Amino acid sequence: MSNSEPGTHVSYLDYEGKYKGLLGWLLTTDHKRIGLLYLYCIIVFFFVAAILGVLMRVELIAPGQTIMEAQTYNGMFTIHGIIMIFVIVIPALPAIFGNFFLPIMIGAKDVAFPKLNLFSFYLFLIGAIFGVLSQFIGGGAPDTGWTFYVPYSAESSTNVIYALVAAFILGFSSILTGLNFIVTIHRMRAPGMGWFRMPLFPWSLYATAWIQVLATPIVGITLLMVIAERVLRIGFFDPSLGGDPVLFQHLFWIYSHPAVYIMILPGMGIVTEIFPTFSQKPVFGYTAILISSLAIAFVGYFVWGHHMYTAGISTGSRWFFSFLTFIVAIPSAIKVFNWVSTMYGGSIEMRPPLLYAIAFIFLFMIGGFTGLTLGSVATDVQVHDTSFVVAHFHYIIFGGMGFAFFAGMHYWFPKMFGRMYSDKIAYIGWGFLFVGFNLLYFPQFIIGIQGMPRRYFDYLPQFQTGHVLSTIGAFVLFAGLIIMVANLLYHAKKGAIAPANPWRGVTLEWLIPSPPSHENFDEIPEIKHPPYFFGNTDENK
Amino acid sequence: MKNGETHISSFTSHAIVLIVLLTLTFISVFVTGWHLGAFSVTVALAIASVKVATVVLNFMHVRHESLFIKLMISGVFVLYALVIIITFIDYHLR
Amino acid sequence: MSTHSTHSEQIESETGKLGMWIFLLTELFLFGGLFLVYAVFRAQYSEDFHTAGRELNTFIGTLNTVFLLVSSMTVAMAITAVQKDKKNLAIFLIVITLILAGLFMMNKYFEWSHKFEFKIYPGSEVLKNMPRGELLFFGLYFMMTGLHAIHVLIGMILLTINIFKIKKGGVGSKHYLHLENTGLYWHLVDLIWIFLFPLLYLIT
Repeated sequence: MSNSEPGTHVSYLDYEGKYKGLLGWLLTTDHKRIGLLYLYCIIVFFFVAAILGVLMRVELIAPGQTIMEAQTYNGMFTIHGIIMIFVIVIPALPAIFGNFFLPIMIGAKDVAFPKLNLFSFYLFLIGAIFGVLSQFIGGGAPDTGWTFYVPYSAESSTNVIYALVAAFILGFSSILTGLNFIVTIHRMRAPGMGWFRMPLFPWSLYATAWIQVLATPIVGITLLMVIAERVLRIGFFDPSLGGDPVLFQHLFWIYSHPAVYIMILPGMGIVTEIFPTFSQKPVFGYTAILISSLAIAFVGYFVWGHHMYTAGISTGSRWFFSFLTFIVAIPSAIKVFNWVSTMYGGSIEMRPPLLYAIAFIFLFMIGGFTGLTLGSVATDVQVHDTSFVVAHFHYIIFGGMGFAFFAGMHYWFPKMFGRMYSDKIAYIGWGFLFVGFNLLYFPQFIIGIQGMPRRYFDYLPQFQTGHVLSTIGAFVLFAGLIIMVANLLYHAKKGAIAPANPWRGVTLEWLIPSPPSHENFDEIPEIKHPPYFFGNTDENK
Repeated sequence: MKNGETHISSFTSHAIVLIVLLTLTFISVFVTGWHLGAFSVTVALAIASVKVATVVLNFMHVRHESLFIKLMISGVFVLYALVIIITFIDYHLR
Repeated sequence: MSTHSTHSEQIESETGKLGMWIFLLTELFLFGGLFLVYAVFRAQYSEDFHTAGRELNTFIGTLNTVFLLVSSMTVAMAITAVQKDKKNLAIFLIVITLILAGLFMMNKYFEWSHKFEFKIYPGSEVLKNMPRGELLFFGLYFMMTGLHAIHVLIGMILLTINIFKIKKGGVGSKHYLHLENTGLYWHLVDLIWIFLFPLLYLIT
C-alpha cells in the first residue's frame, strides 16, 4: 500500500480507460466513479424533495389555504416522502460511501461485480425518473402518502401505478447493491483481514446488505399486489371482496421497518469511523458495536407491527411487537455508550466531521427516546398519526442518518476530491443546520402531543405558534444546507490540495493518495493489525 | 471446492434423486385422499419440504458446499417462517 | 491439467455462485409475500379454498410437477456432462429441459384458457358472485402461477443462451459458471412449484 511517487499517480478522476470523457463516466465500472454518480444524482433529488418540504412548511404557517390547495398538499407530502425514502435515505449511504469506500477499506480493487454495480445505478436513475414522471402524467400526482395504504391507494384516481413502479425499480437497485456488497465482503478482503480485523463501517454495510437483500423483495411483491388491486381488482386487500386492508399494512411494514435500519446502520458505521480518528484512539468496544449492528438487523425484522398499533391488530400481537421494539432499542444504546467512551480519554481534535458526528448522537438520541414513546402501546394511541411521529422520524432519519451523511461527507471529502474545504464555513453551515433543524422539528413534538394530526393541510388555530416556529426553522435549515453544500462544491475544485491523511486516520483509505488512483492500491496490502491500530501504546495491545 | 477439487455428481445419482422426488410427489397426491382435517396442510407442506430439501442438497449441490452457504439457506427459511408465525399472532388472536 | 480449473477461475466461480445464491434468496422472499397472503386467507377461508381447489385439475398439476422435476434432473445432468467435457450430451440435455419447460407452459396455457372460458379471472362477474374465499383463491392462483410462469420463461431464455455458449466455447469443462448459475435458477423455479403444487392442487 505504498503511496506512489508524485509523478506516477493518476487520480481516478482523471483516469482514462476503455472509454474517455463523458462516456468514461456514463459507462464506468469503477466503484469510486459510480459512487460519485450516485452522489450527484442524490444531491439534486435531495434539493428537489427539500424544496417540496419547505413549500409544505410555507403552506402550514397559517391554518387554511396559504399557498396551495389541499389536493396539491397531499401530492406534495406523498412525493416528498417517496423521493426522500426511496431515492435518498435508503440508497444514499451504501450507494455513495459504501460504493466509494467499501473496497478500499477492505483492501480490494473494486466490488465483486462491477458491471452489476453500474446496472444498479441505472436502475436507480430510471426508478427516480419514474417517480418524477408520476407527478406530471395523466391522473396527476399521487396523493396516497409514501406508505400507499389501501383502500385509498387502490381507488385514488391519481398516478399511483407510476409511483409503485418507481418504488419497485428502486427496490431492485437496492437489492443488487446489497448482493454486491455481501459477496464483496465475503470474497474480496485483503490477505490478513479476517472478519474481526474489518473496520466497523464495512461491518455496518454488511448488516445493511442482508436487510436490503431479504426485506426489499417483500415490498416488491406487495407493490405488485397493489397494482393488481388497481388493474385487476384481485381482492387481497379489499374487504368487499373478502380481503383485508390490514394485511397490506403487515406486508408493507415487514419491509419498511427493516428499511429504517438500512437507513441508519451505515450512518452509525460512519460515525463509528469518525470518533476513533478524532480521538486518536481505538474505538471502544469493537466487538460490542459489531454484534449490536447484527442484532439490530436481525431483531429489526420482528418489530414491524409497532406501526400498526391502532390499525386493528390483536392485543396479543401488540404486546409482542411492543416488547420486541423495546429490545431492539438496546443495541443502539450500546453503540451510543461506546461512541462516547471512544472519545473519553482521547486526544480530541475538533474538526467539522467530529462536530457533525456529535450532533448525530444528540439528535439520534432525541429520535430514539421519542421512539420509545411510540413503541409503548398506551402512549402510542395518543400520538399515532400526529406531528409527534413526523418529528420522531425526522430526528432519526434527518438528524440521524442525515447528519451522519454530512459527517461522512466532511470526513471523506479530502479523500474523494483531493481538496480541503473551509472549516470556518463548514462550522457556520453546521450552526444554521443544527439550530434550524431543532427549530423545525422540536415544536412538532409538542403540537403532536397536543393533537395536531400529520398529513393535514389545515389545523385548529391553537397549533399555529408551533407551526410558525417550525416554518422559520425550515428556512434556517435550508440556509444551512445551501451554505454547507456551497462550501463543498466550491472547494471540490478550488480548495487547498489535500494530503493523503489529513485527519491522521488509520483505516486503509488514509494510506492511499487523495484522490485514489483507479485501482486503489499499487499492491494489495497485507493486513497485520487490528482495525483501529494507533501505534504501539498500551491501549492498542 | 477444497484444494481445487470440484465435486462432479454422477448421472446415476441425479437419476436416483429424481426417483425419490417422483415417489414423494405421488405420495403427496395419494395422501390427499385421506381425511386428515386440520393436519392436511401440515402433511402436504412437510412432504413438500422434504422434496425441496432434496432438490437443494442434491441438484443444487448444497450437500457439497461450504458451511456458510448451508447456514445462509437454512437461516433464510427460518427467518421467513418466523415472519409468517409473527403475522399469525395477529390473525390468530383477533 | 485439462480437467482442473485454475485457482483464479475457481475463485471467480465461487464468487459468481455466491452472488447467484443470494439472488435466489431474494426470489424466495418475493414469492414469500404471496405465500404469506395465501396462508392468511387459507386459514380464514378453509372451506372456500377446498371448494375452489377442486376446480383445478389435479392430473394436469401433477403432470406439470413431473415435467419440472424431470427438467431439474436434466439440467443437473447437463452440468455433469459439461464437467466431463461431453458437450453434445450437455446440449441434448438442455434441449430436453427446454422441451419439458415448454410442455409445462403449454399446460399452463390450457389451464388458464379453460378458466377464462368460464369467465374465471380476477375482476370478472363470475368471481364477484363467488363466495369470498373462492374469489381470493383464484386471485392467488393466477398471481402465483403467473409470476411463476414469468420465471419459467426467463429460465428458458437463460437455458437457450447456454446452448450457444457451449457451442462457442464460452461454457466448458473448466469454466461453466454460467450454466451452473442457470441451473441454480432453474432449480429455484422448480422449488417454487414444489410448494405451489400442494397448496393449489392438493387441498383437502
